[in-house]
Amino acid sequence: MEYFMYILLAFLVICALAVSFTKSLLNAVLVFMSYSLIMSIIWVLLESPDLAITEAAVGAGVTSILFFITLKKIEAIRKTQSGEKGKENE
Amino acid sequence: MSKLKKEEEYRKTGSFRFFRWMKGTKDPYIDEVEMQQGTPHMDSHTLEEIMAEEYQLRERIYDHERNSALRSFTVVYRIASVVFALLLIVLMMYLVAGLPRIGTVDRPVNNEVSQVYIENGIQDTGAVNVVTGMILNYRAFDTFGETCVLFIATTCVMVLLMKKEEEIRSNQSLNDRLYEPKNDVILQKVAFILVPLIFIFGIYVILNGHLSPGGGFSGGAIIGAGMILYVSAYGFDKMQKFFNEKTYTIVKVTALVTYCIVISYYLYMGANDLENHISLGTPGMIFSAGIILWLNVFVGTEVACTMYAFYALFRRGGL
Repeated sequence: MEYFMYILLAFLVICALAVSFTKSLLNAVLVFMSYSLIMSIIWVLLESPDLAITEAAVGAGVTSILFFITLKKIEAIRKTQSGEKGKENE
Repeated sequence: MSKLKKEEEYRKTGSFRFFRWMKGTKDPYIDEVEMQQGTPHMDSHTLEEIMAEEYQLRERIYDHERNSALRSFTVVYRIASVVFALLLIVLMMYLVAGLPRIGTVDRPVNNEVSQVYIENGIQDTGAVNVVTGMILNYRAFDTFGETCVLFIATTCVMVLLMKKEEEIRSNQSLNDRLYEPKNDVILQKVAFILVPLIFIFGIYVILNGHLSPGGGFSGGAIIGAGMILYVSAYGFDKMQKFFNEKTYTIVKVTALVTYCIVISYYLYMGANDLENHISLGTPGMIFSAGIILWLNVFVGTEVACTMYAFYALFRRGGL
């Protein structure tokens, strides 16, 4: 279990770096979403399921959707790109 | 301007004076004030000309090759920002080094509060889940503040992004479903199955907040996510059949006001050593834990409304 935790933490650091270094805004939001998901698994392992539920619902769900809409409003997502589908995925 | 009363009669009422004071046409201390709305000066220039002039000016100012002052400023600015960041890092490191060491007994964190919460939690609050007992009973006032923050946040977003219903309907550029594949069959079928399950799970998380992990905030976020899924599958017209601006206002304000009343009663009774009439029930039952269950419901509805309102306001500028 300890190694699993290390792997998750490594992923967390990689995601956090990737968010700031990706050129595409859409990719940054998607990576941030996966960051939230990894964080919620870590919360479960740290025995705080309350936070895990909130992190999964707010961090991975609602904030990402708001980011997607904002990207669409400022026309950072082109119409042909697959950003349309990511938004609907809740 | 009232429709029920005549003009002269309405002028004598207090509400007329209040609204006049609100609008600023009359100051109670100085007497009548003439307020005139200024008209913006738009001489012969059109907007494009003004913008073009503005751009020309900008180009002249931000010309890196010729403007030597700007060039030196850029260099100084970069160096100064690096130095400032380093200073900040050093300051923070210094402060962190001054903190008590982790793991020592005499840290301020290691006081009796957490011990008391864990030991007396069930007797005091009646909640099996100590975390919920803490945030909605011992620290219910903090949670009230958080709920108010959510309310204020949505109000601010509304002020910034809200548009009138007719405007949305007439202006087609705002209606961003126009260019989408309208009735996406896969999405609709998935939403048809998933949305009720998400709603039920959210309601379960809210109502079971004092027994199992979860509570108002997480449950509300889950319900809000379900509403967003429904609205992106079926569109705002169907959503408005059961959740429009009026429902939103009623639900949100009622939740906040009732929360305020309940917590005021609870705190007033507790502060004056009076016995409150909210029974704690048997710990472990669904109808137990006194106010926690109801506060969970209020926080949950508040959060769900907030999540949906953010989505709707960002997406189309109205609920």
